[in-house]
Amino acid sequence: MAQPSTVSPSHLEQDTIALQPRRHLLDVDDLSASEISNLLDTAEGMLEITARDIRKTPALRGKTIITMFFENSTRTRVSFEQAGKILGADVINITASASSVSKGESLLNTVKTLEAMQIDALVVRHPHSGAPYFISNHIDASVINAGDGTHAHPTQSILDLFTVRAHLGNLSGKRIAIIGDILYSRVARSDIIAFQKMGAEVVVSCPNTLLPDEWELGSILASESGFGGLRLVKSVEEAVDGADVVMPLRIQKERQDAGHLPSLREYSVRWGINSQKMALANDSALLLHPGPMNEGVEISSEVAHGAQSVIEEQVRNGVAVRMAVLYTLCAPGNSVPAFQNGGSSESN
Amino acid sequence: MVARNKLAITGGRVIDPGEEIDQISDVLISNGRIEKITLRTGESKLDGYEVIDATGMIISPGFIDLHTHLRDPGQEWKETITSGTHAAASGGFTTVCAMPNTDPVQDSAGTVEDVIRRSAVDGIVRVLPIGAISVGQRGKQLAPMGELADAGVIGFSDDGNPVEDANLMRQALAYSAEVGLPVINHAEDKKIAGGGVMTAGLVATRLGLAGAPNEAETAMVARDLYLAELTETRLHIPHISTIGSIEVLRSAKDRGVDVTAEVTPHHLTLNEEWVFGLKGEVPSSVGLQSYDTNTRVNPPLRSKADVRALVDALREGVIDIIATDHAPHAATDKVCTYNEAAPGINVLETAFSSVFALVNSKKISLVRLIESLTTRPASILGRDLGRLRKGFPADITLIHPSALWVVDPSTFASKSVNTPLAGVELTGRIVRTIYQGKTVFQSQPEVRKNG
Repeated sequence: MAQPSTVSPSHLEQDTIALQPRRHLLDVDDLSASEISNLLDTAEGMLEITARDIRKTPALRGKTIITMFFENSTRTRVSFEQAGKILGADVINITASASSVSKGESLLNTVKTLEAMQIDALVVRHPHSGAPYFISNHIDASVINAGDGTHAHPTQSILDLFTVRAHLGNLSGKRIAIIGDILYSRVARSDIIAFQKMGAEVVVSCPNTLLPDEWELGSILASESGFGGLRLVKSVEEAVDGADVVMPLRIQKERQDAGHLPSLREYSVRWGINSQKMALANDSALLLHPGPMNEGVEISSEVAHGAQSVIEEQVRNGVAVRMAVLYTLCAPGNSVPAFQNGGSSESN
Repeated sequence: MVARNKLAITGGRVIDPGEEIDQISDVLISNGRIEKITLRTGESKLDGYEVIDATGMIISPGFIDLHTHLRDPGQEWKETITSGTHAAASGGFTTVCAMPNTDPVQDSAGTVEDVIRRSAVDGIVRVLPIGAISVGQRGKQLAPMGELADAGVIGFSDDGNPVEDANLMRQALAYSAEVGLPVINHAEDKKIAGGGVMTAGLVATRLGLAGAPNEAETAMVARDLYLAELTETRLHIPHISTIGSIEVLRSAKDRGVDVTAEVTPHHLTLNEEWVFGLKGEVPSSVGLQSYDTNTRVNPPLRSKADVRALVDALREGVIDIIATDHAPHAATDKVCTYNEAAPGINVLETAFSSVFALVNSKKISLVRLIESLTTRPASILGRDLGRLRKGFPADITLIHPSALWVVDPSTFASKSVNTPLAGVELTGRIVRTIYQGKTVFQSQPEVRKNG
């Protein structure tokens, strides 16, 4: 946890670690800034491939990738499938409702069954936080977290970094405003960590009911929170003021039903991002949304489809970023140097 | 030559807080009962006694656990009366009070009598059943408390099911006055807990696990204390775990409310950071050991500040006793995601040693620790147990205070292995457990010398 004060020992340590390639992508918290940068660079190359007339490479030919989604998804599942296919892998999609899970098979037995089929990578989305970590302890294949409960969504945060970097260049010193359902958002958690690792400042604003109990609006989080430096502000205006990136989070109807919100209407009026609120941000500010959007609730249609919106670009970049992740974890003899096993001194 | 009904345990440090004894003595046992305690008896006087040399050991009254899950009948793959009482004996317990959340629930004389009858045959230590507060533990209709008391229960609890209905809780307390047994309500406002699977706070947020705030417990403890005050009856609060609960408990005791409270070994020694799976270390990033399902327990492991306050409250006597909430679960209940994991820790066999660490770190005295496992629970039960007094059952636990051992659940007498302490080194070990004059557990601990 304490940062090494001398250069040489940590440098040696990194060299040793670099001999073992990373097997899983479970969150961004154990990636160093240089690992993330290398992933982003790899994704640049992948984006070029996705723009070709014939979108196909043999990089993962003969590899089997399974996407296993225990929650509904459009963009994440399809983009993983497309990423695998462009790279030449065989991609098999299974969903909880159409598998033996619906017959009561346990998660352990389900993944053991898949393992017996000699797969190379398992892309998992699960409603329980930590499920991909649990799975990683029980199979040899690479496990990629495609969203676990309210914990993490690492590929979303990497594609968000990628999208912002493409427009604004170096992320260091940039101000990222995240607005909305922090309590339940795995995207928020991974994004906060990822942007902070790249040197950006992250500001959050939301109704007090959608914040973890121990977080206090009007404060800056300490390092032991795991989100050290995160600024929590009371008003959406304060968060957006001078921001380089504005990211409203999806508000689910269930939050109203569970008493977190008086009504979606009140949320929309007070917290929804519209052109007036966007006007407080920098002129060059980008509008991101992890999707799926509730237009008219957390985001107005006007800004969602306006000039500052890069929401569709996020989806396109999602394919390239997931190609980069699959390639880095699964390509035979891949020696992408920096995206290697963690423990680097550069984190945080 | 040696009469089997006469036993002498010689040369140990006898600690009996109830009798205010703490000195090197011999304990003489005859026909399963305490005969006398004497300062060093000459060898000649021990003619006819089987002699157990306890030099260097602590001789304590047998431990009493007011909160044990034996899972029998109904979940015999997790624990049985046989395996559970063997686990108890391994942990130095000679009396365990069995929670009623069996299948069927202990809510009628028939089910209670079945447990009592089978315990006498299959159990190797004393089993005292606890009856349900409500029929089926459903919180709708009072269980037949009079009938249950006649059958031999020592208190009433719906265990993991809090009595949500404040009126039913009020009536349960009032009605129990007739039989004079305590009502033991699992204090947790499920609405405030909001589906939390661990305590709310930094760790829950970092792991993305739903957190139950302390107030879910504190609010119901406060309610129950006021209801006990209203009805002027006996309340026993199980597994207290928050600073707030301690505060309202302290204030109720000051007002003279007839209340006692217990704390578990794990709430005294482990905190929320154990959920990271590194035995209390905090990793720089969430890792493969995180989401340690063996740390899932209800009430959940709390913050360091809560743990400190619980130790202080136990030392001061605000919290009366230690009880294990021994909750065996099968592997399938724990080899799963944290949300899916059954709450509960397998405690009996590590209970004393884990809490003994608090003695070695001078946070609590050995006498107070033993009192909280013997005399005080006996007085809550109102039975002639927990003391080495002449005529009392010869229930005795011998402790090797400097034995070092590493927790290896595969050696547990319990049928289950669900403990977060696997691989942890503990100091102090039970070397012999004697129940009614008969040795029911014995071990030869390895002793490593320091340095």
